Amino acid sequence: MKFGVVVFPGSNCDHDAYHVISKHVGQPVDFIWHRDTDLSSYDAVIIPGGFSYGDYLRAGALARFSPVMNSLQKFAQSGRFVLGICNGFQILCEAGLLPGALIRNRDLHFICEHVFVRTETTDSPFTNEVERGAVLSLPIAHAEGNYVCDDQTFAELQREDRIVFRYCDRDGNVTNSANPNGSRDNIAGICSRERNVLGLMPHPERACEDLLGSSDGRDIFRSLAATLAAAV
Amino acid sequence: MKAKVYVNLKSGVLDPQGKAIQHSVELLGFSGIADVRQGKYFEIALDGSVSQDQARESVEKMAREVLSNPIIEDYRVEIEA
Repeated sequence: MKFGVVVFPGSNCDHDAYHVISKHVGQPVDFIWHRDTDLSSYDAVIIPGGFSYGDYLRAGALARFSPVMNSLQKFAQSGRFVLGICNGFQILCEAGLLPGALIRNRDLHFICEHVFVRTETTDSPFTNEVERGAVLSLPIAHAEGNYVCDDQTFAELQREDRIVFRYCDRDGNVTNSANPNGSRDNIAGICSRERNVLGLMPHPERACEDLLGSSDGRDIFRSLAATLAAAV
Repeated sequence: MKAKVYVNLKSGVLDPQGKAIQHSVELLGFSGIADVRQGKYFEIALDGSVSQDQARESVEKMAREVLSNPIIEDYRVEIEA
């Protein structure tokens, strides 16, 4: 199995993602410059966090027009796996690979802290090694993480079990006070209808070593690696 | 020729920046403000090689596909000769 990490001008979590794949997942991984268009050798592609194009216009809006994104659309359509983290989630929404949008946090601040998220479904290639309801401690670092969508999209996400993570308290209670940014229904991460594309605002790649305060993020990469191992 | 594009959050979408601005101007002593919504304004200078209708068409496309996110925003295009 081979991983790729897309690098846009302004990406800044690309090395963290690369480190996790090479060190903790123990698999080959390449950086993919945003002007590259050949994704044929990859099984999974990570769109990392950061501030692609300086967040100009809207977070993730300009990255959508990079040459790699056309290839990524086809990559996702072919059923291969795409993981968008933070700015990566914003880019996937702007590109229409995931529904909804991420707007300014309810309280306007850039929030940088550890939060808890509850695993809402294990029926995804990114959570199939996690127990349903498991509470993960992951860091967030964003100013535009407030997930919005229309009622129809929301009903669809619920009906199709596509809400993968919700912000919660330490004990797994999904409450308003555990919602850091005002996201609809505490949504922290969703997957595509075909379930092969996941976008989430928290940073699992920054939570893979106890030294960094949490290693819960490993569960997500472990799930993806297990999915890929079973598919190969 | 100049195109002006106004992009605003749709009415149902929370605008925390607008709320903060409203709060600030109220602190300054302005009263009677029902709501503040913050938007974006673009001025696009056109080189005059296209007709006004063509300009409108291409700027509308630009506004729809780049300048706004139709999930959360509405836009309005004005063309000035």
